[in-house]
Amino acid sequence: MMKKEYLHTEDMDVGYRGKTLISHICLQVKGGQVVTLIGPNGSGKSTILKSIIRQLDLMGGTVYLDGTDMKCLTPRQSARKMAVLMTERIQPERMTCREVVSAGRYPYTGLMGILGREDQEKTDEALSMVGAMELASADFLELSDGQRQRILLARAICQEPELIVLDEPTSFLDIRYKLEILTIIKELVCKKQTAVLMSLHELDLAQRISDYVVCVNGSAVDRMGTPEEIFTSDYVRKLYGITAGSYCAELGFPEMEPAPGPPQVFVIGGNGTGLPVYRKLQRQGIPFAAGILHSNDVEYPVAKALAAEVIEERPFWPIREETFQKAAEVLAQCGKVICCIDSFGPMNEGNRRLAQLGKEK
Amino acid sequence: MKKCIFCGTFSEGGRYLLSFGLLAAALLFLFFWNVNSGSVDLSPAEVFRLLFWKEGEETAYHILWDIRLPRILAAAVLGGALSVSGFLLQTFFANPIAGPYVLGISSGAKLVVSLILVFLLGRGIPVSWAMLILGAFSGSMISMGFVLLVSARVKSMSVLVVCGVMIGYICSAVTDFVITFADDANIVNLHNWSMGSFSGMSWESVKVLVLVVFVSLILVFLLAKPIGAYQLGETYARSMGVNIRRFRAELILLSSILSACVTAFAGPISFVGIAVPRLIKGLFGTSRPILIIPGCFLGGAVFCLLCDLIARTVFAPTEVSISSVTAIFGAPVVIAIMVRRKGRG
Repeated sequence: MMKKEYLHTEDMDVGYRGKTLISHICLQVKGGQVVTLIGPNGSGKSTILKSIIRQLDLMGGTVYLDGTDMKCLTPRQSARKMAVLMTERIQPERMTCREVVSAGRYPYTGLMGILGREDQEKTDEALSMVGAMELASADFLELSDGQRQRILLARAICQEPELIVLDEPTSFLDIRYKLEILTIIKELVCKKQTAVLMSLHELDLAQRISDYVVCVNGSAVDRMGTPEEIFTSDYVRKLYGITAGSYCAELGFPEMEPAPGPPQVFVIGGNGTGLPVYRKLQRQGIPFAAGILHSNDVEYPVAKALAAEVIEERPFWPIREETFQKAAEVLAQCGKVICCIDSFGPMNEGNRRLAQLGKEK
Repeated sequence: MKKCIFCGTFSEGGRYLLSFGLLAAALLFLFFWNVNSGSVDLSPAEVFRLLFWKEGEETAYHILWDIRLPRILAAAVLGGALSVSGFLLQTFFANPIAGPYVLGISSGAKLVVSLILVFLLGRGIPVSWAMLILGAFSGSMISMGFVLLVSARVKSMSVLVVCGVMIGYICSAVTDFVITFADDANIVNLHNWSMGSFSGMSWESVKVLVLVVFVSLILVFLLAKPIGAYQLGETYARSMGVNIRRFRAELILLSSILSACVTAFAGPISFVGIAVPRLIKGLFGTSRPILIIPGCFLGGAVFCLLCDLIARTVFAPTEVSISSVTAIFGAPVVIAIMVRRKGRG
């Protein structure tokens, strides 16, 4: 199915106070698609979004909304096509959540802004879509951050946009609300074919929700692609300039810097049994070696990130003699051996022998 | 739904109706009380006859129709104008303690008006109301310009207000210089006016001020929709289709015209612009502009009628300046707002 292109930017230059920060941005967002901007703090994600929603003047280029140059749209026309959820904190005095949400009907109401029956229905629909019906008559200022964010999202939905622009919608929320907000966004995309353009700080979440990822590095759009193309450990390390610790981009988890020095403890693990031990040793600052792990083992990426040395075997192969010898050498240098597994089979026969070596020590 | 002593079990619509009813009743009550009180005693029956059948003794007729009624009307309309002006400024600065008096806007108007008065009256040139209103308006805009410069740099509501108060002091100081060098004959009037007073209103001035205030009010009411959107902050208002630049200009112009009109006719009057919108929002339990704008107008009228009544009767025959009375009622409200919002800067 050919999906309609709701937003596309042509050679857009963005910046503020007369200075161009990023130039020649060519973005496209289609209906039913989530496009996410990632990049380090201050890299210009918000500047790009603010330029698209016309909070900042464009330094150059054109933004097309639903095929029309945005400069040619009246504020009311563009408000019917695009809604926003930005980081600006609002302090509306004495406003119920329902009033905040129904404010989204602005581009549809008449001169005095009186809500008609359809507007009331859309408000109800938006409230129930974010699961906030029971908050309808609560005072907006008395809500928690997570609830406020839900209400503001409902306000954007109530505007019935074809495109929603969200600036870090999940920052400062606890994990429950992070997942809730993203679930609602996903639902909106699937049900209403809304186009979504947002910036996210949480790489793990960005990887899971995005159809397309745009990487911004402060001076340019560095790379664009599907999450599979973007989220490789090497690229994320480069984009964010990670110097301490590591980020396993394929699975989406961060690890702290491993303890420095030669391994003092040898951990025999596999099948996830070694995970708590690796973490404990890392917390206590004790360098360790891990082995023998098949490189498709569930705990292999963590061991790779935290251990001073990992002795590994090819996937689906029994442990070979040369690998065992290598492990035995490393084990001999370690002061202590921890064996986490109690069941051995033909594939990890080598580990049983290692464990015996350890006991003798 | 949150319950409070006023609404109890009423629905929202019921509460709004009740609030408007309450304000209208208070207005009517204070109107008659004001008509009835003064240094010359008139019995209620006499007043009633004078009002509706225009018959009675000539002195009494004169007192009622040429002194009390214009004053009451002026106090009501100007009070309403002042609180609507305050409401607009609070919306503009997203700051509940913004108002024409604390931001120094009234003082700017006062300065220019006293300059005009001293300069022209000293040369025997008659001064028209249009000149005074224009003068007050330009003074308001000058102060407003300074306040806008400050607000572009600082976002803290307290700093903004402190700067406004300072601007007010500077303007008042210059006004005092001007008055010091004025002709003896002008000083008394000028001094009374610069303290704020509704006394000495003529029908002619009432006509002018009613016209200016009502035209402005209609324009303000037509802005109710964008004001409502702007209460969610500039970013959201823009994204919903408000033309921010034009809207901000309209807000500034209208609030300045309203407060300039008040200053031109009655001098600077303190705290009405902050206290009344606050109390009205509390009474209605909402901040929807479509209700709050008329609510503020009625509330301001009630508030100023009450304060004027106190100003002219409590120490009769000496009259207290209206600003002293409004300050006594209004300033505590401001303090209450500051204390309650302490944690939020």
